[in-house]
Amino acid sequence: MANENSQVSRHVLDNGLIVLLKEVHTAPVISWWMLYRVGSRNETTGKTGISHWVEHMLFKGTDRFSAGTVDSLIERVGGVWNAQTSYDYTAFFETMPAEHIELALAIEADRMTNARFDPQEVEKERTVIISEREGSENSPTFWLYEETRALAFRVHPYHHPIIGDMADLRTITRDDLYQHYRTYYNPNNAIAVAVGDFETGTMLRLVESHFGHISPGPQPPPVTRTEPPQYGERTVRVEREGNAAYVFVGYRAPAATDPDWFRLALVDSVLAGASAPGGNGIGNRTSRLYKALVETELASSVSGGLYPSVDPYLFSIMVTVRDGRRPEEVQAALDAEVERVAAGEIGEAELDKARKQARALFAYGTERVTGQAFWLAFTENLSSYTWYENYLDHLAAVTLEDVRQAAQRYLRRSQRTVGWFIPVQDVVQEGGAR
Amino acid sequence: MTTSVALPGPHDVFRRALPNGIVVLVRENWNSKSVVISGWVDAGSLFDPPEHEGLASFVAEMLLRGTQQRDFQSIHEWLESCGASLDFSAGRHSVGFAGRSLAEDLPGLMSLLAEALQQPAFPPEQVERLRGQMVTALKIHEQDTEYVASRLFREIVYRDGHPYSRPLDGKVETVTGFTREQVVEFYQKHYGPRRMTMVMVGAVRAETAFHLVEDYLGDWKNPTQPEPPTLPPVPLLTAIERREAVLPGKSQADIVLGVSGPARLAADWVAANLANHILGVFGMYGRIGARVREQLGMAYYSYSRLDGGLGPGPWRVVAGVNPANVEQAVSVIRGELRRITEEPVTEEELENSKSNYIGRLPLQLESNDGVAGALLNIERYQLGLDYLLRYADEIRGVTAEDVLAAARHYLNPDAFALAIAGPDRSGASG
Repeated sequence: MANENSQVSRHVLDNGLIVLLKEVHTAPVISWWMLYRVGSRNETTGKTGISHWVEHMLFKGTDRFSAGTVDSLIERVGGVWNAQTSYDYTAFFETMPAEHIELALAIEADRMTNARFDPQEVEKERTVIISEREGSENSPTFWLYEETRALAFRVHPYHHPIIGDMADLRTITRDDLYQHYRTYYNPNNAIAVAVGDFETGTMLRLVESHFGHISPGPQPPPVTRTEPPQYGERTVRVEREGNAAYVFVGYRAPAATDPDWFRLALVDSVLAGASAPGGNGIGNRTSRLYKALVETELASSVSGGLYPSVDPYLFSIMVTVRDGRRPEEVQAALDAEVERVAAGEIGEAELDKARKQARALFAYGTERVTGQAFWLAFTENLSSYTWYENYLDHLAAVTLEDVRQAAQRYLRRSQRTVGWFIPVQDVVQEGGAR
Repeated sequence: MTTSVALPGPHDVFRRALPNGIVVLVRENWNSKSVVISGWVDAGSLFDPPEHEGLASFVAEMLLRGTQQRDFQSIHEWLESCGASLDFSAGRHSVGFAGRSLAEDLPGLMSLLAEALQQPAFPPEQVERLRGQMVTALKIHEQDTEYVASRLFREIVYRDGHPYSRPLDGKVETVTGFTREQVVEFYQKHYGPRRMTMVMVGAVRAETAFHLVEDYLGDWKNPTQPEPPTLPPVPLLTAIERREAVLPGKSQADIVLGVSGPARLAADWVAANLANHILGVFGMYGRIGARVREQLGMAYYSYSRLDGGLGPGPWRVVAGVNPANVEQAVSVIRGELRRITEEPVTEEELENSKSNYIGRLPLQLESNDGVAGALLNIERYQLGLDYLLRYADEIRGVTAEDVLAAARHYLNPDAFALAIAGPDRSGASG
């Protein structure tokens, strides 16, 4: 089981910073993560994409570390660093040769409060981020995801793309960004994680010395726009230039902290193949949907995903329609297969397989400290790092009857949003606002 | 803080050559519960008949779609039910394989690998299924600006039918063209143990690993396996040669520009790598990133990369920019090519890059597949089992003059291939 060798210790500094430490002495490296409880979930119309933009601005310098110097400091000792913004969080990491880890703490403690947000840098970053969005727009599936997610969530901010709407990327100001930063970048809204080759007491003293003096901020505003119940299937067709059609189906799914989440995770494994924290390196050619769609030569690929989210999100299925086939055929075959599972046609052997796959993915995932540290931070943000540590136990506790009931409860047409990407040759654009 | 740097070396990497030609390298890692197997056989796309581009890739993809003993579903049922993976994919010189499993399932994984290599069945219905999947994928690629720009770039750099000019996965018209008989014939002629290399890293004893390979692949023979073809020289570019593709409906244009770079065993390989690192990698994409992204805010990505292997791979700069900024981006990148070929890099830049190359080894060698990749390179280029122990000295020995000479050897701001794929820019400002 995942937690048989658990060495995670959890600490809370006086200023509210949560610190998770796990010693791993298999290689002389340490991964340090800082996760802030802010993402597109915390954004409002008119300010979409602001969390991601703030993330970018944290690489543009402080008074102590000017832009560019940190790159040199980290990379010249062989470290790597990066950041990511998602629905529920913004996270920064450095993975370093162990003897240099203090540099990571110094950088992260500094930019928690001292990022400059220089107006000129804000303007340069505006076009970089617009370019990032334009790069994504080059992919047909970007448009399909964006439209389908917007339709699936009418009220909850999961409606918005993480990168932001183009209109907001053009109009967000330096002051908007700085205010967002000061609202959410506080020790009492953050989770710090170290995994790797250190001694816990020493590391904790190091964390205290770099972060202990930072004052807590006011508690950030809660997200109150709960998505109301869905009454009936929603559908959208996206018609753009392309050479292939895609079918995307998103069923309303529970939050990661709901006991149903693990039940639905097993449904996902049965339908679309294995996935678990740590990786997705196992094929899905024996999954129900692969057999029903790819082996029948209706589709060229299929994948599924149940994202562990703070608020209820989606269980999604994405299908690439095979050249010469039509989305209608794919949709009909997909529906037939999903309905079999919803009707309770699941066997114990399929669940055993899913559990063994998760065990293997966990074993692979523990080879790298970076991934382990990420998952501890990510799941502490959901509820507790024990969500990750006990993942295999959670799966083991689910019974066949639980899974059947969850399939019946969540795989309903009235609870889903369906998007088709239809490739066309000549797109008529009206309004020309792009 | 407590674990010392233990680089793989002759003390803990075990190498054995089997009589039929297979070379096996093993490194035990008892911190891990799993094992990685990786390696290659000598059957890459260089062997594609000119009219059948993509055949080597197709054959590699077919290996796990049915063997003499097992059909598609039983193969994948075994892999997926124990959480293992195994994949084959063709490169230019060889077909690589990569697999991993929990330690308890290693014999099963080895058995499947051996079966796929020695007894693939090429079931006719699977040939057609794969063909449809590949055609769909190729059509999707045709709408991918970076893919299209990279293809045009290769066509310019590796002209006159050089095998590096061909797309690895072929084209729609070639993939729809070859027959099952041609697939089988390619397999029978090219797959065999000569020059095959295999690496195992993880929770396995070296002796056990050697026995597994001997048991499963020790009797494999193929007397018809040809010698690898000799690569023709790459014609030198003498001017900027430009090609552009219009993909309607795209928001961004992708630019790929560059030349044919050094092979891995070129004398100036390390110096060229450091030049590339300074040009477009270090920090936020090196000098090019500093100008195109950080100063001008024109691109989310603009970097350079050098891909030399057994032969001279491309040395190229890649950037994704708004269509209105294409010409300015090209001009700025060209300015950086000029600078790196005219002035020595600064001591600080060189020290930064050299320190990074040396300092990053612990991160690269943290995982089983990281170690496996390093061992495969050591064997492929005959670098010696002590290579990683000598590596830091090799890096430290490079001077700014070496870097300048390597940059000049390959790069020329007035002679390179320039490929652009994006929306119609005829109406765009700028």
